[in-house]
Amino acid sequence: MTNHWVDIKNADLVLVMGGNAAEAHPCGFKWVVEAKASRKAKLVVVDPRFTRSAAVSDFYAPIRAGSDIAFLGGVIHYLLANDKIHHEYVKAFTNAAFLINDGFQFEDGLFSGYDAAKRKYDTATWQYQLDGQGFVKIDETLQNPNCVFQIMKRHYARYTPEVVSQVTGTPKADFLNICELIAETAAPNRTMTICYALGWTQHSVGSQNIRTMAMIQLLLGNMGMAGGGVNALRGHANVQGITDQCLYSEVLPGYLSAPADADKTREEYLAKRTPKPLRPNQMNFPQNFPKWHTSLMKAWYGSAAKVENGFCYDWLPKKDAAYDVLALFERMHQGKMNGFVCQGFNPLASVSHKAKVSAGLAKLKFLVVIDPLATETAEFWKDYGEFNPADPAAIQTEVFRLPSTCFAEQDGSFTNSGRVIQWHWKAADGPGEARSDLDIVGDLFARLRALYAKDGGAFPDPVLGLAWPYRIPRQPHPEEVAMEINGRALADVTDPKDPTKVLARAGEQLAGFAQLRDDGSTASGNWIYCGMWSQVGNLTARRDPADLTGLGQTLNWGFAWPANRRILYNRASCDLAGKPWDPSRAVIKWDGTKWGGNDIPDMRPDARPEEGVMPFIMNPEGVARLFAPERMVDGPLPEHYEPFETPLDGNPMHPNNPQAVSNPAARIYPGDLESFAKARDFPYVATTYRLVEHFHFWTKHSLLNAITQPQQFVEIGEELAREKGIANGDRVRVRSTRGQIVAVAVVTKRLRTLEVDGRKIHTVGMPIHWGFRGVTHPGYITNTLTPFVGDANSQTPEFKAFLVNIEKA
Amino acid sequence: MNVTRRQFLKVTAAGLGSSSLAMLGFSPQPALAEIRNFKLARTTETRNTCPYCSVSCGVLIYSLGDKSKNARAEIVHIEGDPDNPVNRGTLCPKGAGLLDMIHSANRLKHPEVREPGASEWKRITWDEALDRIARHMKADRDANFIKTNSDGVTVNRWNTTGFLASSAAGNEAGYLTHKVLRGLGVVTLDTQARI
Amino acid sequence: MVWQSLDIRRRSATTTPMPQARESTEVAKLIDISQCIGCKACQVACMEWNDLRQEVGYCVGVYDNPPDLTAKAWTVMRFTELENDGRLEWLIRKDGCMHCQDPGCLKACPAPGAIVQYANGIVEFHQEHCIGCGYCLTGCPFNIPRLSDQDHKAYKCSLCSDRVAVGQVPACIKTCPTGALHFGSKEDMKEHAEQRIADLKSRGFTNAGLYDPPGVGGTHVMYVLQHADRPEWYAGLPQDPAINPLVEVWKGWTKPLAIGVMAAGVLASLIHYVMKGPNEISKETEKEVENETRPE
Repeated sequence: MTNHWVDIKNADLVLVMGGNAAEAHPCGFKWVVEAKASRKAKLVVVDPRFTRSAAVSDFYAPIRAGSDIAFLGGVIHYLLANDKIHHEYVKAFTNAAFLINDGFQFEDGLFSGYDAAKRKYDTATWQYQLDGQGFVKIDETLQNPNCVFQIMKRHYARYTPEVVSQVTGTPKADFLNICELIAETAAPNRTMTICYALGWTQHSVGSQNIRTMAMIQLLLGNMGMAGGGVNALRGHANVQGITDQCLYSEVLPGYLSAPADADKTREEYLAKRTPKPLRPNQMNFPQNFPKWHTSLMKAWYGSAAKVENGFCYDWLPKKDAAYDVLALFERMHQGKMNGFVCQGFNPLASVSHKAKVSAGLAKLKFLVVIDPLATETAEFWKDYGEFNPADPAAIQTEVFRLPSTCFAEQDGSFTNSGRVIQWHWKAADGPGEARSDLDIVGDLFARLRALYAKDGGAFPDPVLGLAWPYRIPRQPHPEEVAMEINGRALADVTDPKDPTKVLARAGEQLAGFAQLRDDGSTASGNWIYCGMWSQVGNLTARRDPADLTGLGQTLNWGFAWPANRRILYNRASCDLAGKPWDPSRAVIKWDGTKWGGNDIPDMRPDARPEEGVMPFIMNPEGVARLFAPERMVDGPLPEHYEPFETPLDGNPMHPNNPQAVSNPAARIYPGDLESFAKARDFPYVATTYRLVEHFHFWTKHSLLNAITQPQQFVEIGEELAREKGIANGDRVRVRSTRGQIVAVAVVTKRLRTLEVDGRKIHTVGMPIHWGFRGVTHPGYITNTLTPFVGDANSQTPEFKAFLVNIEKA
Repeated sequence: MNVTRRQFLKVTAAGLGSSSLAMLGFSPQPALAEIRNFKLARTTETRNTCPYCSVSCGVLIYSLGDKSKNARAEIVHIEGDPDNPVNRGTLCPKGAGLLDMIHSANRLKHPEVREPGASEWKRITWDEALDRIARHMKADRDANFIKTNSDGVTVNRWNTTGFLASSAAGNEAGYLTHKVLRGLGVVTLDTQARI
Repeated sequence: MVWQSLDIRRRSATTTPMPQARESTEVAKLIDISQCIGCKACQVACMEWNDLRQEVGYCVGVYDNPPDLTAKAWTVMRFTELENDGRLEWLIRKDGCMHCQDPGCLKACPAPGAIVQYANGIVEFHQEHCIGCGYCLTGCPFNIPRLSDQDHKAYKCSLCSDRVAVGQVPACIKTCPTGALHFGSKEDMKEHAEQRIADLKSRGFTNAGLYDPPGVGGTHVMYVLQHADRPEWYAGLPQDPAINPLVEVWKGWTKPLAIGVMAAGVLASLIHYVMKGPNEISKETEKEVENETRPE
């Protein structure tokens, strides 16, 4: 979230789309209800289903699963065509005026630079035009045909209300009604917040779904405002924290892009990641990359990391390929993996195409499952009849199952969706011999290191040299690790403006990332968390709920990264002179000498407004990108593409180009393309989702939750039920090309048949929560049905839109 | 009023068993308050965070005993922490049911192994489990570690043993896991957070 | 004045006068259906706090689960999909004891002390005195109490009297994620309801209103309804509930008649009936009562 949970109460309009906050985040949703009750805010829900969020909304509109960009592109068109944008904001704080390379083109569904054989874009023509000093050329009048504003206007001119309705199935009147409500928030003192979740990410165009919304929020001037922002409502209690610790192949803690084969030396590696400013006077904050990375190397490799050896740069593994979860199971399926460890992760249930995942696991030499609960993954080899047919004798994988403690049985910190890090305390021991994840990882590493010390082996240096300063090496304590994440001074850290002034003495905990250095004098395990445990103590354990200004910022509760800032880009909540756009909801302001107010300014505190330092400090251009010259592999502007399994004959936006049916830059593995269904055999759109009574595949083990939602079901609309002769409560069989499940049918008015591109589209809704272990009635894993393809940028699987057939069982 | 004969008989019978006893001189039992005892009276309260979604609601965990040496804490009740600025004491049905997840019959209690081809689990000790896993990992790493790529660039990677990290683990466990994996040269790692 | 008063205002099958000298605040639970997302947190919190775990049931084609109140499910959500004026509404009503000011269950109850009403308005069943006759089911205009198969005693929501007694709010109230449930003095709850009704009217629900039915003297559990003119849309919430006329009949003229019968010397059989009879007929009674009182 750019903002945070309580801040939702400051919104005038709440859009819930690509998510179902009432159902998946009920306690956060209270702030939506609060905004309605206290601010007279309106709630709009757009979803294929009339959800629990819709139940308390002011306006609900249905949409076909997988057509969100068409809808949102239509909103952009509406705002531009009706001139409902926040002009001053757009001109100053976005790249609307920036000029793009003459060669940029968009034709018949493809951007310039497409290589069909590789399914990849060359982004050369997507770049800015630079002047002699390396700064981007701009046209303040926004009239140059190559400026972002004009390119964007042309691009979305096709997204008329009629086309939106044709592609999405949303009735035109409903769409226009929502456009009008959204447009009202273009006023400087009105804000909209968007609450989205996996309903946008779990598509082959997931990242672009979110980008489209970010563009709308920028056009309306809602970024950085209280009650505004783009708010991802994330899944698990610490999914944000684990994302920040970056347990991904492609990044190191704090989102530092990991080295790849092309980054031969430390110098090359750092140079590529340390951008130069693209406009004069900008903060260009990533210029500090070397400080963050060097401090990480000092935290990991301690005294072994020296200037002479490039701070152990070569000890870091270099990446040669994608190793996301789909790629991992593809490799496993190809027999390229020998071992696998699942720590609190149940991929058999939660990754797409269960049969492929299961076959992959069966090819491993060893599998380790660390979990508090008996997961399906740990028993993929066991025969559970129709729910998991298996022949144990034929599966040679050696499987270890290790019991871990749960939240109630350990100390530590979790980071919520609003980036607030909160400490928690242990209440009791775990059952039996259960151990914490920290103990298990610590003990396992201690044994590995002992083996390498004794017997040697392949490149033992980083194994033996890894900094391991924990008092009990096999049981690192959460407090020790939290202090390491924050970081400390290894030598006195002085003020660059006044070298006689010591900011942190050697050995002291650092107060924030401004104190990090690239010379090896500081260590920090995660720069964005620097400040969580300063010399003052554990700031994540702070428990002062005082909210002095009524905005809900609670600056002394826990610690928010970065720098305890609660609303990101908050400089954008003020006009160019530093005056809040809406004084009644002032986040920060320029007081004549410095920035300050009700949040930690997202700006250099002494940057006078006339210096023109722009609010989006993580971009070298200082402004937000309506047009993305880099980082998006599938286009600088979002475009509607069909899901890989589409109920239509093609992409109605590009009916004549077979290359532009689905995301042209999404990765497809051999064999998977052929497994994608055609609408003539599998005519119904399926979408998977959560129910409020359950959490993923955990609460089926909890009796209380099993009582409230005991048995697997699928939902269908009344019209489809009539056509198929299915009555409420019947058992039905749902098939995709990858398998089938059998469940109880819930026939409901909440799933409407939509009119899309001249035909009727029915949706089959599938809650995900069942499996062959649990205290609910056993059920099928719904990911038996889902396709093995992900978003082109994030590789998040397309769980939200695929094709099935359904019949009475 | 529509009163059937059957209803009439039933209701007069009810009348017979009712306050007539008192009218005939039977004294009723003393009308004392008979409210159930408040079950949290001297339990220990611990502040924690709900492990489910990313609202990360504050919870109060109530356990039996006062943490004295001979008392083994048993969690008996969980409710919302009213101080937490986000949930303000509320909990959703998952959070309100946390007690049954903690005490689930399907909690794992001991390390186990399923030997190749076997059809059942076998209980083992932590020592055996971790030693066997460490030996498996070392054998695979030593056999498949890549020091340089085909261009002769030092790459120091290990990509034949994969790791999927939890989004339910704390920041500390996540960070330490990352540190250990990169220390071993692992590039085949991903997390629940991606999906 | 306190709201956690333990003073007993009324006691079933008892004529001894109850204490009246102390003054208590009357409490109420307010259920705002327009803010309810049907998440069932209240159901779970209720079961957790009251140590109730019923058998895991089945999906019967709707979200309602458990599908009905039971001796171990004291509150359930009832989901209604309503097409109104061309738009879909999903009306979700938390069902459970209404804690009537004039409790039909208590009036019908023949077992001394099995049902009490506290001075703060909470109506509570004391199972140790319950004889399992099921007459509270007849007496209840809302079809709430349920007989347990296990011990043949009647159960229903206690409004968490154990929590209220120590100054805490009921478990369902505290847990409610959206604040659809509120608890406080009845006066405060009516005031809060007025604000909510004004908000609903401003959003086009011209018939929004409070459900506090006078037929049972008002209730200590009240609803804010978007369509207060049509309570029956909410899974059959009765339009104008009143105590089953037969309970009133008994209070009127059958009582002296019954005394006469007793005076004629059938005391022994009466006692036998009280002690033994009900268990044998309870099932049948329950079924009849359900058939008679189920809303159309």
